[in-house]
Amino acid sequence: MTRPMIEFRDVYKSFGDNHVLRGIDLSVNKGESMVIIGGSGTGKSVLLKCVLGLLHPDKGEILVEGRPAEQGDRDAFLARFGMLFQGGALFDSMTVWQNVAFRLLRGKLKRPRDEARAIAIEKLRRVGLKERVADLYPAELSGGMQKRVGLARAIAAEPEIIFFDEPTTGLDPIMSGVINSLIREIVTEMGATAMTITHDMSSVRAIADQVAMLHDGKIRWTGPVEKMDDSGDPYLDQFINARAEGPIEAIR
Amino acid sequence: MNPITPILAPIGHSVLALLAAIGRVTIFTGKSVSHILRPPFYLREFLSQLLHIGYFSLPVVGLTAVFTGAALALQIFEGGSRFNAESVVPSIVAIGMVRELGPVLGGLMVAGRVASSVAAELGTMKVTEQIDALVTLSTNPMKYLTVPRVLAATLAMPVLVAVGDAIGIMGGWLVGITKLGLNSGAYLKNTVDFLESWDVTSGLLKAAVFGFILALMGCYHGMNSGRGAQGVGRATTNAVVSASVLILTANYILTTLFFSS
Repeated sequence: MTRPMIEFRDVYKSFGDNHVLRGIDLSVNKGESMVIIGGSGTGKSVLLKCVLGLLHPDKGEILVEGRPAEQGDRDAFLARFGMLFQGGALFDSMTVWQNVAFRLLRGKLKRPRDEARAIAIEKLRRVGLKERVADLYPAELSGGMQKRVGLARAIAAEPEIIFFDEPTTGLDPIMSGVINSLIREIVTEMGATAMTITHDMSSVRAIADQVAMLHDGKIRWTGPVEKMDDSGDPYLDQFINARAEGPIEAIR
Repeated sequence: MNPITPILAPIGHSVLALLAAIGRVTIFTGKSVSHILRPPFYLREFLSQLLHIGYFSLPVVGLTAVFTGAALALQIFEGGSRFNAESVVPSIVAIGMVRELGPVLGGLMVAGRVASSVAAELGTMKVTEQIDALVTLSTNPMKYLTVPRVLAATLAMPVLVAVGDAIGIMGGWLVGITKLGLNSGAYLKNTVDFLESWDVTSGLLKAAVFGFILALMGCYHGMNSGRGAQGVGRATTNAVVSASVLILTANYILTTLFFSS
């Protein structure tokens, strides 16, 4: 049996009295696109941030290719990841191309400025943006364009694992469709392992190979996307059909 | 319950909170200093901050100094005239500016300008996940954000204060020759004759410490900002208040170290 690319083993995380993760067990295989769904405030982003070391689990273990995530060379570890943040998290003080080429302008992956710019422009093209966008500042772009730039930045250094935190939040349905298609295409062509967090069911269906539902601090259901509609799980059914009535309380 | 507990408990909570805050600031300071000494160094960021913190603070420091020097000359002339000591105006303006008012007022003005903007900038970066993004891009935020700002402020402040000292003395000289009827040449000669190199050096050393404090407070409060606009606003206020109080405290300590025999 092949070793999972990312493995959560009995992971707990609390913020004061708020017990967000209460024993997460989840595996993501290499080259697989895992989408994590769940209500707001259920700890989906916390899960991703624990992998990257932005937050530290109180208990349990997170393994990346069998090795504990918090051990070893931190730079080498992070160089394997790319992440698209919910709001884009583009650096306001830099132009678009400098944002995309951030990793290529400093540190171990540093390249000559011209080369880094050329790579940034190629990545911008890959996400459907023209060269003239390269010299604009993030504040001059629309929300959809900012997401695309964030996506270009996430893939600029050809990472093995890409995280997408609510990639379509705040976008119109057409732009959401464009971003979903881009994510699916890029993950497939790069052969990357992807973990996506979303509430948007159209994103789930467009992006996912596997789906996991997080509820009450635990993985409630996990399985292939095609089995999601026939899971028989009342929590998952309520969530994917957007019903107010059901076992998940509307007021949390 | 012991009747005295409700009275002592809030005091205990406040003391514990204060000690915890001192601990956090101390750890942050230690980390900043250790990152200043270890590579990688972000030269481009440092030069950019040198421009923002140093060069762009010149008008504020210059205007503060010129009016302080001018007011100081008027006050000393008025006070000195009570015992026929108007001639001490140049030397006291000079000593007062370079030892005390130049670094302290310069430090407070730059704290208002720089600590607030650094806290607001880093606080906004925190709430918009830009600092998390830096980490995922294999860049240590302490190295990339804190070190260039702290180093730039520490090195720029002595230069700013030196320029401010000169402008302040010129402010006193201008008032002296135009309003107080003092002789221009004698004023400048008195200034130079009475000023010792340690007067200037001690002021510049103070300025470097104040620069370190104000940038550190801006970075600390910015990087520990709460959520949303209110969190960033509070971080900005706390940065200016804590930087100002620490500058005044450090000024007393340094003055004691430098001048109490």
